[in-house]
Amino acid sequence: MKQQRMLMAKFALVAAFGTCAGSAMAAKTLVFCSEGSPEGFNPQLFTTGTTADASSVPMYNRLVEFDLGTTNIVPGLAQSWTIAPDGLTYTFKLRPGVKFHGSAKFKPTRDMNADDILFSYNRMADPKHPFHSTAVGQTFAYYEDMGLEKIVDKLEKVDNMTVRFKLKHAEAPFLADLAMDFASILSAEYADKMKAAGTPDVIDREPVGTGPFQFTSYQKDAVIRYKAFDAYWGGRPKIDNLIYAITPDASVRYAKLKAGECHVMAFPKPADIAAMKADKNITLLSKEGLNVGYIGFNVEKKPFDSKLVRQALSMAVDKQTILKTVYQGAGQLAKNLIPPMMWSYNDQIKDFPYDVAKAKALMVKAGYGNGVTIDLWYLPVSRPYNPDGKRMAVLIQADWEKIGVKTRLLTYEWGEYKKRSKSGEQGAMMFGWTGDNGDPDNFFVPILSCAAVEGGGNTARWCNKAFEEQIAKAKTAPTQAERAKFYEQAQVIAHDEAPLLEIAHSVRFTPVRKEVVGFQMDAVGHHNFGKVDLVK
Amino acid sequence: MFVFFLRRIGLIIPTFLGITLLVFSLIHMIPGDAVEAMSGERGMEPERYARLLHEFGLDRPLYVQYFDYLGNVLRGNLGNSISTHEPVLKEFMTLFPATLELAICAILVALVIGLPAGMLAAIKRNTFLDYSVMGISLTGYSMPIFWWALLLILLFSVTLGWTPVSGRLDILFDLPPVTGFMLIDSLLSGEEGAFKSAVSHLILPSIALGTIPLAVIARMTRSSMLEVLREDYVRTARAKGLSRLRVVGIHAFRNALIPVITVIGLQVGTLLAGAILTETIFSWPGIGKWLVEAIHRRDYPVVQGGILLSATIIILVNLIVDVLYGVINPRIRHTA
Repeated sequence: MKQQRMLMAKFALVAAFGTCAGSAMAAKTLVFCSEGSPEGFNPQLFTTGTTADASSVPMYNRLVEFDLGTTNIVPGLAQSWTIAPDGLTYTFKLRPGVKFHGSAKFKPTRDMNADDILFSYNRMADPKHPFHSTAVGQTFAYYEDMGLEKIVDKLEKVDNMTVRFKLKHAEAPFLADLAMDFASILSAEYADKMKAAGTPDVIDREPVGTGPFQFTSYQKDAVIRYKAFDAYWGGRPKIDNLIYAITPDASVRYAKLKAGECHVMAFPKPADIAAMKADKNITLLSKEGLNVGYIGFNVEKKPFDSKLVRQALSMAVDKQTILKTVYQGAGQLAKNLIPPMMWSYNDQIKDFPYDVAKAKALMVKAGYGNGVTIDLWYLPVSRPYNPDGKRMAVLIQADWEKIGVKTRLLTYEWGEYKKRSKSGEQGAMMFGWTGDNGDPDNFFVPILSCAAVEGGGNTARWCNKAFEEQIAKAKTAPTQAERAKFYEQAQVIAHDEAPLLEIAHSVRFTPVRKEVVGFQMDAVGHHNFGKVDLVK
Repeated sequence: MFVFFLRRIGLIIPTFLGITLLVFSLIHMIPGDAVEAMSGERGMEPERYARLLHEFGLDRPLYVQYFDYLGNVLRGNLGNSISTHEPVLKEFMTLFPATLELAICAILVALVIGLPAGMLAAIKRNTFLDYSVMGISLTGYSMPIFWWALLLILLFSVTLGWTPVSGRLDILFDLPPVTGFMLIDSLLSGEEGAFKSAVSHLILPSIALGTIPLAVIARMTRSSMLEVLREDYVRTARAKGLSRLRVVGIHAFRNALIPVITVIGLQVGTLLAGAILTETIFSWPGIGKWLVEAIHRRDYPVVQGGILLSATIIILVNLIVDVLYGVINPRIRHTA
């Protein structure tokens, strides 16, 4: 009752503010308890979800977008596109009448056009571009991470409202890449104006985009304020103001949600989920995570060079118990690298059964009947795909003991953990992955390709010719159905070879207060308030 | 006095250099590096890793990096943050007023409660009151700040609804920063309710951060008072017929205060260290939270610059205390 009174008082305050602002209607302000400060407000420059949540999601658009709640590609600033039969040319027809936000330093005089697309991409791609190095130590990390400099040959302006990408080689996931945060479109007119004023770096600090909300103010580590963009091409948001209350501690975020100080909170603690479900003022939304937690067996080392050993170790682990105790039920068992929500998921594959006797027999067959001692590296930090690496390691150690495998548990500081794995020091190693764009290529290549051995992402250091062929063919196949066939076959090979023991795909939760309507969980883990409303 | 002052200044120079070397060494001894921290699970091709290390100047020998850093510091340049690309000094100056405001309020809480509590415990020695004050202060000293802060939030904010959970001001007030001190800025803004909101947001963080200094001050005041109350001049004052209140409140307390002031000076470091946890729990946008995040990201310029600036403040506070001692007590001036 007390909380309700507090909430009503807050609504009254919000309404009062709206009146002060001269609005005819009471202003609706939604407060989101976010988990941290963004590194900046230009999504081209940064890679973290926190920065994307505060920049690309509320304030920018891309040529194509992920349909909210899925990873299906839908039109964004491009209203249509065509792909040449050879997969080397992508032509985008731009949406007319798209307005950019204004700011104290900039009033746009024209609508979005091809110059903005060229500016946004060439800035990232061309080291000689005047805006390529406007800040000290500036890098376009995500653009490079996705390997676009090796994919895109050039970007051309066909006419004022048409652009064309020419690729160096066919790359089916290219369209999904363009829907990612780093591919947000900035205003070339704003950049020109700031350059003329001698302050080109302002475009990265004072954002001007085409998204549903426009930037109002930011106090580092405290609060970010946005207001609804009246001229948004997708329709004005139903809320008037959007506020991010930066609250790093998950327990405090929950306390604020309960006290009515915020309407939506990011990343709840698994331990609080049960209480949230029971709270009648809160709706707990959940969504399958676009992720996988696994153990990679370093195939360059004994005894993991033996396929039989890898299969035996996979069979000896009681994944159901791990799901219950480590994930506290907030996950689903994994049998493939990609999560079941993703197209091309091969459901025909039968997971290795939990069978200690059979696992023991396989160890004997592999020549390790007298037992063997191995190292298991466990995660030193909690990650979205694995909330408690140490607890998982202890359970697995006990399971492997039953088939005569003695396990030494090791870990290092997170940076060191990743660094050492690059040199192939590890035996079995806990790791995981969260997808960027919903394309299966974004799982298979960074985790199991030969190229990823060198970069450190392929912790199993498994480089298999047949598998490599399948994922290479899938990259260039013209239709999704054809691509899916190759990926399904790749999953068969990976399962049989067992370089990884896939444990689980975690489930994400977002608690929202009852007065919030229309909030949908995003497939790639962002928080999108473009279609949200507040009711009393 | 001038020689004493110069001698003290002279001691600052090696201390300052020592801090730069120590912080630089410690942060570089932590495994991992800024580029590795940026890479996430994806990994990074060796060529790109090498190129980024080179761009950030992290591929040079450590001694070269150190002397380069030292040269920049002496020119007043603390470098730019690796993650935000903003100048370290600018970020520090934006966030420091929040930490300072919280620290001042916390020390006020500690003084207002700790001094009288310590005095009372000394006067009522070996009574229930004395045991209670000492027991509570020992508990306060031993409690982990993050746990204590969460308990305060659960009781006063969530259950009773008396105070806000976190932040510096109600989220609906959008005040432009003028001084960076929210109490002052809220008054200057003239917005109705803003000052009250700023005060209510300060209550719980000040209590959480002030608890350990409060416990130390209470215990120190008690022991110092007990010592002074046994002095001959106190007995003489009582024999002369002065009231108990005057003897204790004026004669004894003033003399007992000298070691207490020393302890208060030493609490500056404790407050800055405690601010790291308090700021994280209460979403307080100060330098503590900023430094912790920088350590996680291996943002060397921020960690080095932030700690150097914090240490400089502590050095300056100590210098002021030393000089004040010299002014108050000539024996210190001559023997130092």
